[in-house]
Amino acid sequence: MIHQDDISMSLTPTVYPSLTIGHKIFSIIGCSGLLIGLISFTGSFPESNLTLILSLLLISTGVIGYSIVQYQRQSPGIQNNFVRVKAITSRGTTAWFLALTLMGFYILLYFFPQSLGLAESGNTGLIALFDPLSQWIKNKPASQWFVYGTLYTLAILLFGIKFMLKYKGNRYQQIRTVSVMFFQLCFAFLIPEVLERLNQPSMDLKNMWPLNYYFFFDWNLDKLLQSGTLGLFMLGWSIALILVISPVLTYFFGKRWYCSWVCGCGGLGETAGDPFRHLADPSLKAWKIERWMVHSVLVFVVLMTLLVLYTYFTGNSHILFLNSYALREGYGFFIGAIFSGVIGVGFYPLLGPRVWCRFGCPMAAILGLQQRYFSRFRITTNGGQCISCGNCSTYCEMGIDVRHYAQRGQNIVRASCVGCGICAAVCPRGVLKLENGSVDLFERTPFAPKSSKGDFN
Amino acid sequence: MHILIIGNGIAGITAARHIRQRADHQITVISAESDYFFSRTALMYVYMGHMHWNDIMPYEPWFWKKNRIHLINDLVNVLDDQRKTVHTAGGKQISYDKLILATGSSSNRLEIPGNELDGVASLYSLQDLQYIESKSTNLKRVVIAGGGLIGIELAEMFHSRQIPVTFLVRESSYSNMLLPAEESEMVNREIREHGIDLRLHTELTDIKGDEAGRIKSTLTSSGEEIDCQLACIAVGVHPNVSWLSDSPIEINKGILVDELLQTNIADIYAIGDCAELRRPSPGRKAIEPLWYTGRLMGEALASTVCGTPVKYDGGIWFNSAKFFNTEYQVYGTISPKLPEGQKTIYWQQRDGKKSIRINYTEQAVIGFNLMGVRFRQEVCEKWIVTKTNIEVVLANLELALFDQEFSPNYAHAVRDAYRSITGVTIRSGVNRKHAHVHAFMKNHQKSSV
Repeated sequence: MIHQDDISMSLTPTVYPSLTIGHKIFSIIGCSGLLIGLISFTGSFPESNLTLILSLLLISTGVIGYSIVQYQRQSPGIQNNFVRVKAITSRGTTAWFLALTLMGFYILLYFFPQSLGLAESGNTGLIALFDPLSQWIKNKPASQWFVYGTLYTLAILLFGIKFMLKYKGNRYQQIRTVSVMFFQLCFAFLIPEVLERLNQPSMDLKNMWPLNYYFFFDWNLDKLLQSGTLGLFMLGWSIALILVISPVLTYFFGKRWYCSWVCGCGGLGETAGDPFRHLADPSLKAWKIERWMVHSVLVFVVLMTLLVLYTYFTGNSHILFLNSYALREGYGFFIGAIFSGVIGVGFYPLLGPRVWCRFGCPMAAILGLQQRYFSRFRITTNGGQCISCGNCSTYCEMGIDVRHYAQRGQNIVRASCVGCGICAAVCPRGVLKLENGSVDLFERTPFAPKSSKGDFN
Repeated sequence: MHILIIGNGIAGITAARHIRQRADHQITVISAESDYFFSRTALMYVYMGHMHWNDIMPYEPWFWKKNRIHLINDLVNVLDDQRKTVHTAGGKQISYDKLILATGSSSNRLEIPGNELDGVASLYSLQDLQYIESKSTNLKRVVIAGGGLIGIELAEMFHSRQIPVTFLVRESSYSNMLLPAEESEMVNREIREHGIDLRLHTELTDIKGDEAGRIKSTLTSSGEEIDCQLACIAVGVHPNVSWLSDSPIEINKGILVDELLQTNIADIYAIGDCAELRRPSPGRKAIEPLWYTGRLMGEALASTVCGTPVKYDGGIWFNSAKFFNTEYQVYGTISPKLPEGQKTIYWQQRDGKKSIRINYTEQAVIGFNLMGVRFRQEVCEKWIVTKTNIEVVLANLELALFDQEFSPNYAHAVRDAYRSITGVTIRSGVNRKHAHVHAFMKNHQKSSV
């Protein structure tokens, strides 16, 4: 009798193409750019524009050049060749190395920014490397957040270009990617930095509560209330975003309008995280864990915010046994820093690019609940064309077992679906389509018959 | 009641699942191929590293326990219909109340010298893929014989590993027994653009080996000798029925069944690749070794064995494939050569990468053939069933478009193609909104023009 593991072993591709010279050259160019950043830790570079420009230019050339070598000659059509085998995309040594490096970077960034060179008296090291750019944009020396924002934006832009080359011939993917690149560059990066330069309250206008968990913190509310018309506009805008704009857009388009078109966390996952999307576990067990975790974080953030507001209005920080200051600090540390940052990005090469979105993001949880019960968005299945191959489930970054529904000819209405559309893109038989329509809305209530909820069999 | 199913492919497993949905019978599925059901059509993606072996199994292991579908990994080699028992190679005797034969098929062999040599492969089963994988190191060239769907899949598989491929196709153009000339030519181009050495009008005549019995080269009908380390034979399949030759079950090429998928022996049924319909519906084959056929048969039979007899109905023909990067869908009747009395509208994108063909008679639309474009099956089916007039179809063609959002609206181009052959201008009556499709599917009156 043949065992499953033996089959798996015997079917693991033994030989597959290695990197071409072109790949290698551009990898070296990109890495040399990173190396400059690394050497800057030692402070051995004089602070000059040239070093930063050279570093960023090398990184950009590396990523874009590599992408062109990889995809330029391919005709439209997605080739995920050997991603399930290569070490970097299948939890091999290099994947673990990358994961640990990313986590290490986040830990330094959040908890030990001095080690990156942050200093009141004058930055050194990596942060000093970004001083010229920071001076140019906002007339101030760089902070660790400026460095992070710049690198984050650069990653979305560069890997966004790679993504667009990979998914050429698919307009949904192209337009969606331009959108996340735009929102990251303008809304998350440029506008807040320029506002800071102008001594205005700076804010990422698309970053809404509860993803932006500190929006209702006293210091933020005070800042907005004390900043004149612009501050009041921002306050009003943010509340309108939560109460009106988001529910309306989610009703018409599903949560994808945010999660895979606008959001920065999603943006990085979609672009830089694209090579890791198959690492999301589609098992039923993972789905159960996901629902518990993401809704617990939602409860946590709501409770924390209510207490923070209670404290804000009453000045009283204790209610029953709960302390609003302790709670918000706990949330900031465990959820804000560790979960969304260290784990959220550090785990890309281990559990896929949407670990945070899937298991932790309270914003995704709220939008998901609305999508599940009150939205026109669904993925439709094309009759009986499904061959159960599993490409959709494998490449779903949210770990949705898309095939489960597709092979039964059922529509897919799942709270966690971010509408990235990759399932439809990788389907070899043209079975899936993301659509908006109100016809089956009545079937989405919590009281609907069990079969339409997609329970097995 | 104990229902024994031999074969855990799409036909057998669909039957098992649907029987469980309907009734509480004891269900056993026996297979010598694998412990669990897997998607045969996805084997190629495992070879290409898109997916793991585990990824191509549509159900997790707990599913079978939870649904009380008992799985046995063993080979059935004797059927004792008198005692209602089967005997397995592993020495088991399993009795049944109803027996479902879903044994699938095997690849055809080429009756040519050297076909037994080490390094001659085919691709149907898990074991076939294991064999190909084991032979995949140090390949300088692979020769593939057979211009069907498996042949082109194999070509894509080796191409993904940058292994040079010579692809021998007996016909004058790829799959022109199935595809009209333009589409067939499109696939020829697609094959060649991927650097495959495509030889049309060429057959494999001889396989030569070395002293160790390993393949060394192949000879073609054009007299050429091609050095290769692996030859893949993809010249169709035949039903797995040889083990039944001593049984009283009536067999032609496959196991003969009636509309209820029943064999000549009571309580024994056959579905999927191994079944041969005694009376296939007009225009359809008696044996259709297809994923979809297996699934439809499994569904129908589940109802029958659970006490509600349902005649198997293949419905409106549909199929799909992917030729390298070009997706292919077909709905209804598309003959490779247009028969008398049928007309065709054909639009092809300028770059030769996409096309839409709609065939129709004087009165009604009969078939859709799509390359690189996705159409909605339900809509096409309904137009065909209700014998909708071609001009009504064209005016509403947007309803059928199933490409991802923001894709170009190819319906205009198809209407232009119609105008250029008939001079009739047709205006679009709808847009692609989901609500319109839904209304169309609900509304039975409007469509039957």
